[in-house]
Amino acid sequence: MKTIYLDHAATTPVDSRVLKKMLPYFQDQFGNASSVHRLGQEASQAVEGAREQAAGFLGAKPEEIIFNSGATEGNNTVIKTVARLLKKQKGLNHLITSAIEHHCVLETMQSLEKEGFKVTYLPVGQQGIVSPEDFRQALTPQTSLASIMYANNEIGTIQPIAELARLAKERRVLFHTDAVQAANYLDCRVNQLGVDYLTLSAHKFYGPKGVGLIYRRTGAPLTPYLHGGAQENHLRAGTLNVPGIVGLGEAIALTRSEQAQRSKQAGRLSTRLRVGLTEKIPDLLINGDTKRRLPNNVNITIKYVEGESLLISLDLKQIAVSTGSACSSGSLQPSHVILALGVPKEFSHGSLRFTVGQDNTLDDIETVIKDLPPIVSRLRKMSPTAPAKYH
Amino acid sequence: MYNKQIMDHFQNPRNQGSLERPDGEGEAGNPVCGDMMHIYLRVKDNKITDIKFQTLGCGVAIATSSVLTTLAKGKTLEEAAKITKMDIINQLGGKDQIPPQKFHCSIIAEEALGKAIADYRQKPK
Repeated sequence: MKTIYLDHAATTPVDSRVLKKMLPYFQDQFGNASSVHRLGQEASQAVEGAREQAAGFLGAKPEEIIFNSGATEGNNTVIKTVARLLKKQKGLNHLITSAIEHHCVLETMQSLEKEGFKVTYLPVGQQGIVSPEDFRQALTPQTSLASIMYANNEIGTIQPIAELARLAKERRVLFHTDAVQAANYLDCRVNQLGVDYLTLSAHKFYGPKGVGLIYRRTGAPLTPYLHGGAQENHLRAGTLNVPGIVGLGEAIALTRSEQAQRSKQAGRLSTRLRVGLTEKIPDLLINGDTKRRLPNNVNITIKYVEGESLLISLDLKQIAVSTGSACSSGSLQPSHVILALGVPKEFSHGSLRFTVGQDNTLDDIETVIKDLPPIVSRLRKMSPTAPAKYH
Repeated sequence: MYNKQIMDHFQNPRNQGSLERPDGEGEAGNPVCGDMMHIYLRVKDNKITDIKFQTLGCGVAIATSSVLTTLAKGKTLEEAAKITKMDIINQLGGKDQIPPQKFHCSIIAEEALGKAIADYRQKPK
């Protein structure tokens, strides 16, 4: 039986067209892009081709693209190096972010707090969206950098980046967005967004894992996080991951031409899923704004059951999803995103995230709509918190 | 994701349900943490003649609840009160089979049974 994969926010498979472009760079054209000989120069040309593809997608200049290992590195690099530099140069010690960022932004911010920075974590309210007015009020003369994600990884809500970046610019505050989840579906042109920095990971848009990029607007400050080489204009040391970068380039070029089609298909499938589950399962909550969200994301809370037991029951049916339950986190903390929406703690463990992708079909969705309700009934029957009607 | 024993108890939990007018009942954990267990006892001549559980929680929480009821059923109250979390974990393949952060699930089962026995003992006979 084939697995119905509905966890595309976690990662996506490499598109076969992408893989085909990558393969020569493992063996035949294995050169180090920094080498002067022909093999090296061919690798270097492949990297520069990918840089142009990435720049094309972002509406940026090729020299504004810095390849790296992915958005965790990108977010750490931008936030830490910019914050530290502006503190040293101008004495600025305040940063702004949101309560629903990915852990690689939140924990980076927390590490800077230990260094003495002040950080504002903006709330998002029930809709899961940062209010521009809250953002405006958080800006102070001490603020150096704001980092707000373009789209949330758990609930898919889209943040008003263009508006926030404009407000930041008025106060001469630099603006970074983690656009990892947005790339597949949203306009990522940096001039439309008005951002100074943007970070991506290739594996979220059908590229390979372990490769990503930083967009850095010309003139915006940035210093290296890793030292030891002149690669990437002295901003990111380390031998370039040539096959990975080639894969990123091809994946981003495909995204650019197929984004509209992807959005349309994902929207059709996720709408059917949301409607189908809402009809079949009582005491179900939809998490996050229903309109301002990624077209491929459905996030629900099912009352009186726990997410991990839902997840493993679905896994037994070859359906792959994820949950914000503490039980699956390793930390015993429920999802900070679900809590930020104001979902009561006793229900916060019952969230499920479905993220569809380009290979899913309507049949996949109908299977989930058929298989999940009996699982929920079984677990509710077992649950001491469920009302008598479920026992 | 889990071993065969855990998956078996998760998919086919033993003694799951509730008892009408139980002789003793106890609850441990709480829904805020995501894990909660309720135990119902039927006691005759100092022996647990029937036991049922309801659990809200992850796969391990459900499996440990189920195992606990199989261990307690038929035992005297004194014997049942001596069931430890290691007894439960051993029935599921041992310590290495359960992620360390999930040990608390088996503690909840042990605690719920302790409370149910205490409840029985303090009830006027």
